[in-house]
Amino acid sequence: MNEIARITDFDVKDYLRLHLMPHFMCPGCGHGIALRSLLWAVHDLGIDRNRLAIVSGIGCSGRVGAYIDANTYHTTHGRPLAFATGLKLARPDLTVVVIAGDGDCLAIGGNHLIHACRRNLDLTCLMLNNEIYGMTGGQVSPTTAATRVTSTTPSGNAEPTFDACKLADAAGASFVGREVTRQAPALKNLIKSAIEHDGFSFVEVMTDCTEIYGRKNDLGESPEMILSQKCDMVPDGLGNAPDQPFRPNPMATGILARHARPEYGRTYRDRAADLRAEKGR
Amino acid sequence: MSSSLQSLQGNKACALAAVAAGCRFFAGYPITPSSEIAEKLSRELPRVDGVFIQMEDEIASIAAVIGASLGGAKAMTATSGPGFSLMQENLGFAAMTEVPCVIVNVMRGGPSTGMPTKPAQGDLMQARWGTHGDHPIIVVAPASVQEVYTETIRAFNLAEEFRVPVIVTYDQIIAHLVESVELPRRGEIKIVDRKWADGTEHDFKPYAETDDLIPLMARPGDGHRLHVTGLTHLPDGFPTQKPDLASKALTRLLDKIERHRARIDKVELIETADAEVVIVAVGIAARAARRAVETLRSEGIKAGLVRPVTLWPFPEEALRTAAANARLVLVPEMNLGQLVLEVERVLGRGVRVAGLNRVDGEPIPPAAMVSKIRELVAQ
Ligand SMILES: Cc1ncc(C[n+]2csc(CCOP(=O)(O)OP(=O)(O)O)c2C)c(N)n1
Ligand code: SF4
Repeated sequence: MNEIARITDFDVKDYLRLHLMPHFMCPGCGHGIALRSLLWAVHDLGIDRNRLAIVSGIGCSGRVGAYIDANTYHTTHGRPLAFATGLKLARPDLTVVVIAGDGDCLAIGGNHLIHACRRNLDLTCLMLNNEIYGMTGGQVSPTTAATRVTSTTPSGNAEPTFDACKLADAAGASFVGREVTRQAPALKNLIKSAIEHDGFSFVEVMTDCTEIYGRKNDLGESPEMILSQKCDMVPDGLGNAPDQPFRPNPMATGILARHARPEYGRTYRDRAADLRAEKGR
Repeated sequence: MSSSLQSLQGNKACALAAVAAGCRFFAGYPITPSSEIAEKLSRELPRVDGVFIQMEDEIASIAAVIGASLGGAKAMTATSGPGFSLMQENLGFAAMTEVPCVIVNVMRGGPSTGMPTKPAQGDLMQARWGTHGDHPIIVVAPASVQEVYTETIRAFNLAEEFRVPVIVTYDQIIAHLVESVELPRRGEIKIVDRKWADGTEHDFKPYAETDDLIPLMARPGDGHRLHVTGLTHLPDGFPTQKPDLASKALTRLLDKIERHRARIDKVELIETADAEVVIVAVGIAARAARRAVETLRSEGIKAGLVRPVTLWPFPEEALRTAAANARLVLVPEMNLGQLVLEVERVLGRGVRVAGLNRVDGEPIPPAAMVSKIRELVAQ
C-alpha cells in the first residue's frame, strides 16, 4: 500500500474530543501540528486509547492534551514528568506520553527532566519548543535564542540557551530525537519510534508561537516561521542503529541517540520479585 | 489470639500501618525526622508487590503519589516542615482533582531549616491553610505510637472514602518514641476502598453531583477516558470559568467534608463533664496536659482536656460543649500561638482563652501547665 493511502486512513477527528472544538490555540500555532503528529503516531501504532495516558504540564503546550480522547491529566507547571513517573510505576500496562513546554521541561521542571532521563522509566516526553513562554504572554524561556526580544528581555535576550537534546542525552535518556513541525510525517515517525522504545524517550518538537514570539520579533506569519525552522536532517534509518553516539548539533533532527539501558520499572519489579522469592525460601 | 504486641518506633508504626491499610506506592525525599518511614517502606513495599521510589525532591514526590493514585494505587509520602512546604502546590491539585492520598508531616522546628532533630508543632496552620485557595483537607494528629498506627490506617480510609488528601501530623518525639503497640490481625483491620466506576456507564461524569457529594473514580484502562485538571472544572471534568458553575464546583469540595463531619471528627475528652478549666492540646503537648489535669484535680481544680485527634476539621461542637461551664481555657502548644486562634474562633468572646507557648525545641512539661493555670485562676 502506498504512503498516500496510509495517510488517508488516519483521520485526526477519530482521536479528538470534538465537543471541545474550537480549540483554544491561536491560528498557525505549531502546537496543533505536534498534536496531530502524536495522534497519527498513536493511530499507526494501534494503541488502545483506554490504555493511553497523556500527562501534560501548564502552558499552551499543557492544554494540548485535553483534546485527545484518551486518559488525560493536566497537572502542575513543570511537574508532568513527576506525575507520570508515579502513574507509570503504579500502572506499567499504560502507555504514558508526557507533553511539556520548553519552560515546563527546562526551567521549572528541569530537575525532573534530568532525573527522568537518568532513571530511564518507560515514558515518552514530547517537549514542544516554541522558544518562549506562550501562555503567560511571551516572556523569555531557557530556549529563546540570543538577542531575541521578549516581554522580559526588552533589549534582547542576553542569556545563552539550552540544547535540550544534548542535556537529555548527557542525563541518560536512552532515546533522544528532535523534529520540526514542517516535517509532520517525519515527526510522526519519530514519535512512533519514541513510544516503541523501551525506556525514557525525549523528543524535542520545534514548534512556533506565531502570535507572540513571531509577531514581536518580526518573524512573519505561521508558514514563514515554520519554513524558516532550520534543520539538518538525519536520513531515515541512520538514526536507527542502537548505541550510536549522540550528534551534538543543535540543528540536527531525527533520532539523535539511542542507547540500550535497563528500563527502570522492570528493573525495580525484578528486584522486588527476587526479594519475595528469597523471603519465601 | 487476635492481635500481637510489639515495641515499635512511631515512624515505623506509621510505615507498617500504611502497608496494612493497603498502601502500595510511596514516593519521598529524605528529611529528618521523618526518614525512617521511607526507609521502612523501601523494605516493606517490594514484599507486597508495591513500589517505593526516592524522588529528586518533595515536589516530585507528591506529584508521583498523585500520579500513582490516579492509576489506582493507594499512595503516600512522608516529609517534615520544609518538604511539606514544597508539597503545598500539588496538595492543592490533589484537593481540586479529588485524588485520595496520604501525606505524613513529622513536624520539626521552623521557620526554614529550624531545628531538625527537635520537636515542634509549628505546622498546624500550614496543614490547614498551606495551599492556595479554599480547599478541603483532613488532618489527623496522633499522640502515641499506638495512635500513629491506628490513625495512619484511618487516614488511608478517609482519603479513599472522601477522595481527599489526608495529612497525618505528629512531632519528633512521637516519631522517635518506642512504645508497645497492639497490632491487629490483617482481617480485623477495617479497610475502605474508593468507589470505582465500572467503566461501562454511559455518560459517565467523573465529578458528578452524587447524593453524598463524593463522585466515583474511574481507573485508566477500565473504559472511561476522562480528563483530570487542576483548573476549576465541571462535572464532566472539563474546565469552566462560568461564575455560578465555578462557585458550585468549589463549594461542593468543602461541603463533601462538612456534610460528613460526624464520620470524620474524632476527639478525646478527659474529665470535661464538670470542667471549670479546659486544656486544649494536640500530640505530645496533650500527653503532658493529661498529667496536668490529674495534678490539678488532686488540688481541687476542676480541670479537663480536649484533645482533637482530627485536627481539621476542628472538633468545634465537642469543644463548645466541653467549655460550656469553663471560666478558663488554656492552649499549650509548641509554637507561638496557632491552635489558640482556632479555639478563640470557636468559643467566641464568652470565655477567657490563654496560650502557653514554647519554641526552644523542648516539650512543655505538665508542671508548666499546672503553674500557668494556678496563676491564671488566682488572678
Ligand atoms: C508554579 C507556577 N509558576 C508559574 C506559572 C505561570 N505559567 C503558566 S504557563 C507558563 C509558561 C509556559 O511556557 P512553556 O512551558 O514554554 O509553554 P508554552 O505556553 O509556551 O507552550 C508559566 C510561567 C504557573 N502556572 N505555575
Ligand atoms: S500564544 Fe503562542 S504558543 Fe500559545 S497558542 Fe498562541 S501561538 Fe500557540
